[in-house]
This record gives sequence, structure tokens and C-alpha cells, in this order.
Amino acid sequence: MDVELRGITKRFGEVVANADVNLTIRAGEVLGLLGENGAGKSTLMNVLSGLYRPDEGEILIDGKPVAFDGPGDAIRAGIGMVHQHFMLVPVFSVAENVVLGVEPTGKFDFLDLKTARRQVREINQKYGLEVDPDAKIETLPVGVQQRVEIIKVLFRSADVLILDEPTAVLTPQEVLEFFEIVKALRDAGKALVFITHKLNEILEIADRISVIRAGRIVGEGDPKKLNRKELAEMMVGRPVSFDVIKAPYAPGRDILEVKDVTILRDNDEIAVDHVSLSVKSGEIVGIAGVQGNGQSALIEALTGLRRVASGAVLYLGDDITHASVRARHKMGVAHIPEDRHRAGMIADFTVAENMVLDTYYDERFSSGPQINWKAVNARTAEFTHDFDIRTPSVFAQAGHLSGGNQQKLVVARELSRETKLVVAGQPTRGLDVGSIEYIHQRLVEARDTGDGVLIVSSELDEILALSDRILVMFKGRIVAEFDATKGTVDKGAIGLAMAGVAA
Amino acid sequence: MTNETTDRVVKAKLIGRTDFEDMILVPVIAVVAALLLGALTMLLTNVDLATIVRSYVALAVGSFGSLNALSETLTAATPLVLAGLGLALGFRAGLFNIGAEGQILMGGMAAVIFGFSFAGLPSAILLPLSLLAGVLGGALYASIAGWLRATTGAHEVILTIMLNSIAYRLVDFMLSMPAIQKAGRADPISKPVPEAAELPRLLTWIDPNLRVHAGVFLMLAAVIVVYWVLFKSKLGFEFRASGKNPEAARFAGMRSGLIIVSAMAAAGGLAGLAGANQVLGVLGRATPGFSAGIGFTAISVALLGRSHPVGVLIAGLLFGALEAGGRQMQVDAGVSIDLISIIQALIIVFIAAPLLVRAIFPWGFRKAAGSRE
Amino acid sequence: MTPVPTARKIDTGKQRQARIVGGLLIALAVLVLFVFAPDAPGAATFRLSRPTDPWVVPNLVIPAGPFTYAIAALLAFLGVRQFLRGGVRWTSISLGFGLALLVAAFLVWATTGKAFSLTGMLQATVVRAVPIALGGLAGVLSERVAVVNIAIEGMLLAGAFAGALAGSVLGGVGGLFAAVAIGGLFGFILAALVVTYRMDQIIAGVVINLFVLGLTSYVSSQVFQEYRHLNNAPVFRSIKIPLLGDIPVIGPVFFNQNLFVYGAVIMVLVATYYLFYTRTGLRARAVGEHPKAADTLGINVYRVRYINVTLAGMVAGFGGAWFTLGSVGRFDEGMTGGRGYIGLAAMIFGRWHPVGALMAALVFGFADSLQQKLALLQTPIPSEFLAMAPYIATIIVVAGLIGRARAPAADGEAYVKE
Repeated sequence: MDVELRGITKRFGEVVANADVNLTIRAGEVLGLLGENGAGKSTLMNVLSGLYRPDEGEILIDGKPVAFDGPGDAIRAGIGMVHQHFMLVPVFSVAENVVLGVEPTGKFDFLDLKTARRQVREINQKYGLEVDPDAKIETLPVGVQQRVEIIKVLFRSADVLILDEPTAVLTPQEVLEFFEIVKALRDAGKALVFITHKLNEILEIADRISVIRAGRIVGEGDPKKLNRKELAEMMVGRPVSFDVIKAPYAPGRDILEVKDVTILRDNDEIAVDHVSLSVKSGEIVGIAGVQGNGQSALIEALTGLRRVASGAVLYLGDDITHASVRARHKMGVAHIPEDRHRAGMIADFTVAENMVLDTYYDERFSSGPQINWKAVNARTAEFTHDFDIRTPSVFAQAGHLSGGNQQKLVVARELSRETKLVVAGQPTRGLDVGSIEYIHQRLVEARDTGDGVLIVSSELDEILALSDRILVMFKGRIVAEFDATKGTVDKGAIGLAMAGVAA
Repeated sequence: MTNETTDRVVKAKLIGRTDFEDMILVPVIAVVAALLLGALTMLLTNVDLATIVRSYVALAVGSFGSLNALSETLTAATPLVLAGLGLALGFRAGLFNIGAEGQILMGGMAAVIFGFSFAGLPSAILLPLSLLAGVLGGALYASIAGWLRATTGAHEVILTIMLNSIAYRLVDFMLSMPAIQKAGRADPISKPVPEAAELPRLLTWIDPNLRVHAGVFLMLAAVIVVYWVLFKSKLGFEFRASGKNPEAARFAGMRSGLIIVSAMAAAGGLAGLAGANQVLGVLGRATPGFSAGIGFTAISVALLGRSHPVGVLIAGLLFGALEAGGRQMQVDAGVSIDLISIIQALIIVFIAAPLLVRAIFPWGFRKAAGSRE
Repeated sequence: MTPVPTARKIDTGKQRQARIVGGLLIALAVLVLFVFAPDAPGAATFRLSRPTDPWVVPNLVIPAGPFTYAIAALLAFLGVRQFLRGGVRWTSISLGFGLALLVAAFLVWATTGKAFSLTGMLQATVVRAVPIALGGLAGVLSERVAVVNIAIEGMLLAGAFAGALAGSVLGGVGGLFAAVAIGGLFGFILAALVVTYRMDQIIAGVVINLFVLGLTSYVSSQVFQEYRHLNNAPVFRSIKIPLLGDIPVIGPVFFNQNLFVYGAVIMVLVATYYLFYTRTGLRARAVGEHPKAADTLGINVYRVRYINVTLAGMVAGFGGAWFTLGSVGRFDEGMTGGRGYIGLAAMIFGRWHPVGALMAALVFGFADSLQQKLALLQTPIPSEFLAMAPYIATIIVVAGLIGRARAPAADGEAYVKE
């Protein structure tokens, strides 16, 4: 089945998410759709999967125009989407999730789960997928959940599969397995759309590449003839340097020492299991690992947001194991949280209010129980200038700033304090290249001026680009350490460690 | 386009009303529409047109038409504003406190018990302390919900609903205790508040029947204090931050548990003050269910007032006027005062569902809507 | 000797709970021993059948002393076992059993030297459980599609009112239909407010309660005062099921009841089948757990919510009719008296499951009927505390002190399409 998108335009109010997009998807082919975060990839695919209605343009299937009134229509037309955030009901079983919406039924609307299980097993066999139909989704690892999503789409006899950033949550090993599945599907005659912002992956898996930027298709090409640099320029719209320029490695005293620390999750499971590590002044330590291996809990514990069950955390030689978040702030710990939108700022507050979110109590900004708003506003005006935050005024709602400026706001607040240790979780997830460069630059600046910097990221490229030392976390333990100051680090070895294969 | 951006665009579309529409137009339309629907209700229950007109005239006269009417309006508004301020404070801190009713009961009981227990004290000491007892009673009772919310994560809506029901029974029980029950009475009624603990009436020198009392000053003071707390103080900043985004507040080093408990306690304290105001200023004693639904009406007041202290004051005066006028309406036109509850509920429907107001009255918004698209 | 590697034993929440329960059971044993132990030898007499019944069963006579000591011992045994073994699986069973033992000890203590009809009280329990169970079921139906239903109280009241008004004009069956229809109407209104007009679900519920209270009070004082014949509906009498109804104890309790008791049981069973064994039910639950996922699969989230919340309203309307058509035939202002909130409690207590809600309703109904009996037995325990029991129990459950109930994941959240 071939699908053609012709002149698709989609607006949200004044924002144009897609402008006059033309795209062809062919059976037996993997189309790579490359674009930055916010380039309009997901909107386009939501149009194709019937979730959004286009404002202009049409969709043709095998040459015939179709109109989708909802996701149901697209599914019936044979288009299935595997969403970046899985659309699975955690408390349902695999079989229940797979059949949801197209359930086999008996008399009195009876849900025929027996048939459902059989059908899931049949698809498993046909495409070599290995999933227990009775397992509850919430008990499955993400790699398997993704297979459930694919089974779901295949169960609806989709001929076109849209895969939205499918590798974001997978280990390097799982990515390889996943590519095998993608190839098997292509060879079975399915048409696949592989959406990503990762250059290496698209070069490896795609048969044809379309590049989208600011809602428009800006280039197409053959992966065999294109290289990384050309693709990156096409995607960003200007030459991009992948290298980060750092001062020579000159570590100082220990800023942070973590000694044999164990941390529990909310459900009392062990998240971090007897971990020890240190961060010195003037170095960036990167923690690599697939999400969910305890990194978030570690960061929360280091910043005082989560209790340490056993072990000790030392900061400049002082025991801060049980110090509060605020005490750590005062001592010079900066925290750039993983999800800045959710945890780093308050969208309904003004820029000024956000700027003093964790310093309002300081005597610069308040006297006694009262906040001195004049001082706050004056200071915020300085910061917005220094950190190049584009805002109409300090009284503008932070939520109305552009995504990049919101990032800068959080970074400005954290790094404008007197800091000695900077902790950053997934510092660039979901950002466009411009913002990524900005944040990388600020983190390296902090390192070069003598701060200790600890970064957690599941993007191996980011870890490699920034870190002086690399630690790999797997199932709550540090399973490997690499020195990145001497020559290049073996990426394959890190990947294996991330998958728990001990070196 | 990322989901974030989409979200923001969608939100802007939903709540991107101009301040004028949000603050003035919607409330005004809500009140007018509710009054019209109230008239329709009367028509449907066989009330003739002349009586309807007469009842609305009575409503106006009974609320603002005379000194006595104004006195009644203020008397009815005071507890609504006090409790409404507490709820507004809670809403700003992200706490949906439905428990004002129970907190009013507990605060009122504490004030009564303190009042008659230390009847010998001079008024200058006894009255403030009785009021304080009311504040503490409400604050402590609300703190139960706050504490459970903070330590166990149980939802405060369910907790406060249950605590309301418990409070009714607890008051029934207390009123039958020999230490509290009025001597020689078999029915549940408390000993009376001594004169020294009563909130003095303000206008008895004009007419001894004017009921307006010193609680009015409490109300105005509370408006100013709550305004200062919310918008000028560190505590209020913490309340608002955790209300808008608890996660970010926690990451910024604010102690969420403490904030929840203190916000609930502050809300309960104001509700307790409302309860004390009732028993010390109006009722003179406690009887079963003396809160008389004020705690629920106060939810409406806080919503109508947009959780802003000045808004709450205006909304409370309006609802107080409706109650005072409603009594006049019952007397003059023979229309049951329960009609007022209907009108109040409808006002809130329109306030809390601005999309509904837009759907029913599109012309008022068309211009603004067009400029945004 | 080589050091034994330290076991990775973490004090899990469940074990902590098991120990809390263990401690609680031991405390109950002490309570029974010291409070309920009889001062003088005596016996409690429970009447199980009336002399007119076809099979008369002899009265149950329990010697107070030995019985109380036995119960205290049993409680202590359960508590110690729970405390030492920390048997996670048995925690809730032990607790339930322990509470039942406590109630038994209490009843015997209160009845010592007197006699009262156990069958009568159980019968009253079932009757009083009906509106609570139906309210709880209404809560389950709407919260399973993620619409928080605070409006149960208002829906019950609306059903009671409509039942009385229409029942007076059209007769019992007509009243019943009107009650169900009006309940459904308010369910539909709730759905419209929260789904289409995206009003906050809790505010919508509170407002519906206030509105219904105002409207029904207004009409009853404005109209019923004058036209009394409009508030004089027939009452559905008990229907005795042949044979089953003659079984001693069980017969009168379960098989000689009115339409509402049978209706409640049938509705609970049908709702269980619907929610957990049908295609439509699977879709409804998906909407409650992950509406976006349901939407991407072509399920109309809005329609599912409208239908289920309207159904919830109809169930509550039927439950409301119990107050008028099932007992007194006359409407009084605010006559539901917070039963809707107890229904909400039953829903949470029953962990969002229809059968669970019914069971919880029976427990609460028992507390309710026990409260009435206390006055008769002249015990020194104030009845107000029994009246509080359902609410306190609910607080304990939502606070997760004894096992935590899990609400549908999307409960209370509006779903915004596109």
C-alpha cells in the first residue's frame, strides 16, 4: 500500500506546525523522517494517523483521496502508529491491550479473551516477536512494551506503520533487536515511517530520507549517498559542530563524594544499590545508562529530594546525607532538573517569580516575612539580559516564552547562584540544536571555572561529547567506568555495559 | 511540533480570555443568567408573573433597600467571606478543601465552649480569646486532613468530605455532654455564650433590631491580611508555587508537607473564625448543624471571587445580599427562600464552566474570540 | 567462620502494614477482655425467628463470659501471628475476621441479660445497605471512566424527589421510571459539564448537590405544602420468594425484601459482568485508565464518558427512589442525609469494584442498623460514634493505613482532544 501526503498544512492558532508538506510512503520501504524536536514531525504523523485534521491538503491511499474523521478511520484504512509515549493501559494484560477497540466477542458482548490470546500468539509466531499475552503491561520492560505496541498495530492488519522516535527508550542492544524487527516487517511488504532526530540511526535503517525543518520538508535523499554532516546541516539549517570545546582537564579537590549509597524508590524497591562515586572540581562526570536504572533516584538523593537509605554523601568534605534541598542550595549545589517544564519552572508564574523560585527567601529578595518585589524585578531584569532570555518584560508569564527561552530561564536561575556543584539530569532532552549548544556551553563553562559537574543522560553521544569521566549505571549499580580524557572511548564497550553485559 | 507546544497552544485557546472577560463579564453574565433561570423556575412552579416581579423587588429591597437590609446583608456576608477567604487560600495552594463546613462547626464549638467556660473574664480578654479558640478549633480540625494529605497522599477532597460528616455527629455528641449541654434541657443545645464574649452589635443605638456586629471588622481585616499573605509574603509565595506546580516547588526546596499542613490550617483557621463569628455574633449558642451550609456556600463564594481576597469580599457581599433579600422575598412574595440556593448554584455553574457561558451567550465574546483565532 | 553476606532485606510497606494490623488485633483483644468482659455471669439471647414462621428455630443463647474470653483469645492469637509472621497475604483477611469478632463480642456484651432479634437486625442491615450500595455503584460506574462523582448525594436526592412526585401521580412503577430518568438526567448534566464544558469535576459535583438540594427543597416548600396529594406515593411492599424465603434467618434477610434490595443485587451483578467481562466494559475501563490510548484506538472517549456517567445517574436515581417509594412514600427536604457520601465511601472501601461496593455497603448498613439498636439496648456507647464509623473507616482506607486502594489512573482529569 502506498500513501501520499499532498500539501498538508496544520496550524494551532497562530503557530504553523506543518506547511505544505508533501511526502510519499511506499510498501516494502523504510522512510526515514528526520527532524529536530519541534520541527513538526509528530504533528505530521498525527495528521496521518487521524488524530489531527489537516487545515489544508489531502491524503491519498493508492492514489485515492481519503478523509480521516478520527484515529478509527486511519486504522481501518491500514495506517497504524507506534507512539513515542506508549499508548498502553498499564493495568491491562498484553492481550487486552492488543485487542482494545477491535475485540473478538461472543454472545452478550462477551469479551472473548481466549481468542484474543490465540491471535496474539499467532502474530508473535509470524513476525518472530516474543511476548506473553497474559502478562500485565506494568510488569514488562519498555523494550517488550514497544513490541506490544507493534503487535497492536499488526493486529489491526496495518500496512503502514509509523514509528515515532522508537529508540528513545531502548538500550543500544535493544535498538539492534528492534532494527531486526523493522527489517522483517519491511521484507514482509509493510511500509514503515521511521521518525527520529538521531542521524546514525536514520542512516542505518532508512531506505529513503525526508528532512523536515520548521514544519516544511527541506530535503530528501538516499542514505547511501548522504553523510552525517550533510544531514545535520539540512536538519538544523546551518553548519553544526558536534565538538564541544573544553579547557584542558585539570581536576581539583573532591567536590562530591558518594559513599556506598543505597536509595529506595517510592515502592521500597532498591533503585540505587551501594553506589560510590566522586566528582572533582573542574571535571564533568557523565552517568550513562538506559532510563530506569536508578539514575533519577540518584540525582534526587544528591539534591535532597529523596531519602538516602544507607551510605553517606559528602560535599566539600561535609556530610550532607540528610541535608534538605534548601540547605544544599545554600551550599552551592545547582540542580537543572530532568523535566524542566514540570519541575524547573511554574508556567503560570511571571518570569520574575520564576527567577527567584529557589532564592526568594534570600535577604537580597526579602526582609522578614515579606518579599521585596522591587529587588526581585530589578535582579530579574539583569539576568534576562545576561543570559539572553527573550521576554517582553519580567512580568510576562513564563509559560508564554518560547521553549528555548524557558530552558534558559531555568539554567540562568541555577547557574547565577554561587555554585560549586552542578547536577543536571537529561540536560538536553527534547531540545533543538540551538538550545542544546547553549546548554552544553554553559555546563562546560561551569566546569572550566572550577565547578564539579555531574550529568545523567541516556543519550550516549551527549555523554561522550561532554564528559571527562564516564560511569555506566545498570540496575542500580555502577557497572563500568571509562576515562574520556585520554583519546576516544570505545562506544561499543559502553553500550554493552549499558545493557548489563559486564566487561 | 512537540507535545509541549501543542499543549500550550491548546491551553491558550481555552484560558486565554482577556482579564476583562474573565473577571467582569463572566461573573456578571452568570449572575444575570442565574436570576433569569430562577424566574423560570418560579414560572414552572406556578408562580404568576406579578409575584415574580414582586419577589425580585423584595430581593433587591431586602438586601440593599434600607439600613436594616444592609445590616442583614453584612451579617449574612461576614461568615461567607471569612470561610471563603480560607477556601481561596487553600485553592491558591492547590488544596481542594471541601471541609469548611466541618471546620466552621469545630471552630464554633471551640469558641462557645471557651466562652462559657471562662465567663468570668472581662470582655476585652474573653472575646479575643474566644475568637482565637474558634480559629484554633478550625485550624486543628483542618490540620487532620492536611496532615493525612501530606504524610499519606490521601486526597483532601475525600478526607474533608468525610471530616464534614464526622463533624456533624461530633457536634451532636458534644451537645449532649453534661458539661456543654444547657442545664435543664433534654434537646441538644449548648450553654449560652456570656455577654462578655459576644461580638458587640454596632448599630443598636439607631435601632435595637439591627443585627450587624463587630464581625464586619474581622471580615475586612481578614481580607487585608489574606491579601498580604498571598501576594506579599514568602509564605504566600510558597502557597501559590505549590498550588500551581507542586513538583517545581519541591525542587525549589519548598517543603511541600509543611506547606500543605500550614495552608490547610490557615484555611481551617479562617473557617473556624467564621464559626466563632456565627456563635459569638449571631446565634449566641451552638445547636446541631449550626453551620447551616455556610461552608458549602463559601465554596461558591471563593470560586466566584476567583480566589482573590477582594473578589471573595465582593462575592461574599453578593451572596450575603441574596440570603438577606431571600428572607424578605419569602415574607413579601411568599416565594420559598430555597430559590436562593438554586440561584447560587446556577451562578457557580456559569462561573466554573466559562465555556458554557460562551456557548449560551456567544455574542458577548465574539469579538475577542475572533481576534485570537 | 566466613561472614554471611547481608541479606538485601528492606522493610517493605506491606510488612509494616502487616505489623500495624497485628498490633491493632492485639489491642482489640485487650479491649474485648477489659471492656466487654461481663461483670456477672449471664447469657445473651438472640432471637432467630418469629413464632409465626413456618420453621421456628430455637433462640441462640450465648453464655457471655466464656464467649468473650474465647473471642479475646482468638483475637490475641490472630494478632500475635500477624505480628510475628508478618503474613502479607493474610493481612486483610485477618483484619476483617478480627473486626467481625469484635462486633460479635460487642453484641453479646450489649445483649447480656436481654434478648433481641438478630434476624430483624440483619434484615434492617440489608435494607439500609441498599441506597449506599446503589450510590457506591453509581460512583464505580462513573469513576471507572475517570469522572469523579461527588454528585451521588444530589442524584439520590433527585431520585427520591422524582419518585415521590411521579409516584403520587402515576403510581409506584411510574415513580420508579421517573426516578431513574431524573437520576439519569443529572448524570447527563454532570457529564456535559465536565466533558463538554470542562468544568472541574469536583466543583461540578458540589454544585449539582447544592442545586438539587435547593430545587427539591424549593418545590417541596413551594408546591408540596399546598398540594399534599402530590407528595403521597405508594410504597413497594416486600416480595417473598417462595421456598427460599422460608429458610430460617437467611430467608427473611435475603429473600423476603422489596424490589429495591433485589434490584440492587441484580444491578451489582450486571455491572460486574459489564465492566469486567464485556467488550464495552473493557473500553470503558480503558477510558478511565488511559483515555489518550483509547482515543488513538478509535474509541470515542467523550461518548463513553457520557454514557457511563448517565448510567451512573440512573443507578443513583433508582437508589434515590428507595427513600420514598421503598420506605415512607413521602419526600422530605434533604432526606438522603449524606447517604450519597457514604456511597462514595463504599466505592472507595470496595476498591472501585461493584461487588466490593456492595460488601462495603453491607458493612456500613450494619453499622447503621446497629446504631438504631443501641438505643434499645441502652448501652453506654453514644450512637454518634457508630454513625461516624463509615467515615472514619474511609479515612483510614484512603490514607492507606491498612492497604491502599487504587483509583483509575485518569480519575478526575478532563480529557482534551486535539
